[in-house]
Amino acid sequence: MKQLNVKELNVLAARIRLETLRVIHSRGFGHVGGSVDLAEMLAVLYGAAMRFDPKDPRWPDRDWLVMSKGHAGPAAYAVFGLMGYYPMEEAYTLNHPHTRFPSHTDRLLTPGVDLTTGSLGQGASTAAGAALGNRLDGRDSRVYLVVGDGEADEGQVWEAFHFACAHKLDNLVVFLDMNGYQLDGSTAEILDHGNLPGKIAAFGLYTQQVDGHDVAAIYHALEAAHAHTGGPSCIVLNTCKGKGATFAETNHAHSSSPTEEQWQQALAAAEQALDAAMKA
Amino acid sequence: MSFELIGKHEKDARASRDAIVTTLDELMAADPSVCYVDCDLMGCLNTKGLWKKYPDRALQAGIAEANAAGVCAGLAATGKKVFFHSFGTFSSRRCYDQIYMSAAYAGLSVRVLGSDAGVTAAFNGGTHMPLEDAGMYLSIPGATVIDACDYDQLYSITHGLADTEGVSYTRFVRKDVIQVYAPGAQFTIGKGAVLHASDKDVCTVICSGIMVDEALKAWEQLAAEGVSVRVIDMFTWKPLDQELVIAAAAETGCIVTAENHNVTCGLGAAVARCLAGSRPTPQEFVGVQDRFGQVGPQDFLMDEYGLRAADITAAVRRAVARKS
Ligand SMILES: Cc1ncc(C[n+]2csc(CCOP(=O)(O)OP(=O)(O)O)c2C)c(N)n1
Repeated sequence: MKQLNVKELNVLAARIRLETLRVIHSRGFGHVGGSVDLAEMLAVLYGAAMRFDPKDPRWPDRDWLVMSKGHAGPAAYAVFGLMGYYPMEEAYTLNHPHTRFPSHTDRLLTPGVDLTTGSLGQGASTAAGAALGNRLDGRDSRVYLVVGDGEADEGQVWEAFHFACAHKLDNLVVFLDMNGYQLDGSTAEILDHGNLPGKIAAFGLYTQQVDGHDVAAIYHALEAAHAHTGGPSCIVLNTCKGKGATFAETNHAHSSSPTEEQWQQALAAAEQALDAAMKA
Repeated sequence: MSFELIGKHEKDARASRDAIVTTLDELMAADPSVCYVDCDLMGCLNTKGLWKKYPDRALQAGIAEANAAGVCAGLAATGKKVFFHSFGTFSSRRCYDQIYMSAAYAGLSVRVLGSDAGVTAAFNGGTHMPLEDAGMYLSIPGATVIDACDYDQLYSITHGLADTEGVSYTRFVRKDVIQVYAPGAQFTIGKGAVLHASDKDVCTVICSGIMVDEALKAWEQLAAEGVSVRVIDMFTWKPLDQELVIAAAAETGCIVTAENHNVTCGLGAAVARCLAGSRPTPQEFVGVQDRFGQVGPQDFLMDEYGLRAADITAAVRRAVARKS
């Protein structure tokens, strides 16, 4: 990992959040809540942890990102654009005809996307497969898997955890985005998980829980996850669905169709947050 | 069956999903054995009101379709009349074995609802675009398979589903649909609706779902050119109204099928199988030509996949030219 530089990572997180909003604004509506809440995690991954080459997206020695909650595509498109996989403006074509930037991440369309997702739960298994494949090839590449707490309703997520533990995939790091909401409302009222981090730990993953909007906390948890051997790790992120998007932060909406005025407010607020991070 | 065509090609102010919501409400109020299971998509079907009103029978199974399908089969085994909803991709592909074995094979009735039929999944993109869902259900022995076109049809059919035994699958559009039928229309599951017919017809267009309005526009264009065609809304893909198909083939001599679905395994394939066995007839297939879905506005996708009235008129000309 690169040395921890909190200010740098906070600036990157603010940029990711702003660009995520711009990407979705280009279509006018979309999955804002579950995209913007990943900004800090993605900043730590791409700003300090991951090995990647924007000029060679399929570089065999890269680390992998599997956005199993595929509807958070816009956050991935933001960070890939900022890292130079393509000019950022190109991603301002979200969901337009023949775009390379669809709602859900697609490995055949977007440079930087390692595995195709959209049907929730499936990325957990493909990530486990990729971790196993990299190990078979003798590579030390890591696979970072992002799962939603609603997504964790899917049995397939638990089948993948079971598999990853049984096969001792210590090159697999799971981020569980525990924002407490899914599509129809809160995870507690839809299908209560009970103690979700506890269940993940009981499956055998080395599990930590951190403030998902604190880059230093995420950084340190990642260091510990990397140091863990003998099986997969999980970092449970306590996040706020809609974090930093003025129209989604309090209602935690799954999908938002703000008015243009609300968009301008949200974009201005995100620009201010970026300014503040740079001045900090 | 009784219906009246509106013929204006205008969007209905009502969201078609509300035909299902209203029906479920009526059924649940009248019959305490009616249950409805959803997979975190009540907001999309607009059934959060039912969730509040019938908290013990309108159930959230979470984002876990395979389990939900199995739960539905178990509920059915205790005599419940079960409706099960998710997006069409997930209420088919994501739970197929559970529906196939735990429900259909075991002789249990589950009424599966698949929203966002075909290209109407639009902005959710290729991963959410069911183009083979109905084909999968066609493959289940004894299943009933429906592709509904508008609010009033969906309303009538959903009532009919309550009394349909076995596994059924109904695909539909959630929101914006063209209003094809006047309010109060009544449909019989398993019978095609003949929308235009005359003894001068030189071809029959057999269609369903969003293709019905395109077929009606094609009928107008062809009529203006002096070409008369028959139009059948075949909203039930299975059991297919074979008698009607064979009669149309005999009387008009060629067939065009039009579906918002992959042509490899849908309405066209079902019609072709029916005719090949009893009355081989030239047939042209309008529909998605063995491709995956993709993201974009519905209008763009209908152009992209050749699901327009113009594609139907061109297919009619090809079919007529093939008559011997
Ligand atoms: C198998 C499957 N079922 C349903 C959906 C529809 N869907 C998309 S996102 C979503 C809610 C996801 O909740 P969560 O995983 O908590 O994501 P977050 O709140 O972090 O955005 C649902 C039900 C889907 N994409 N895949």
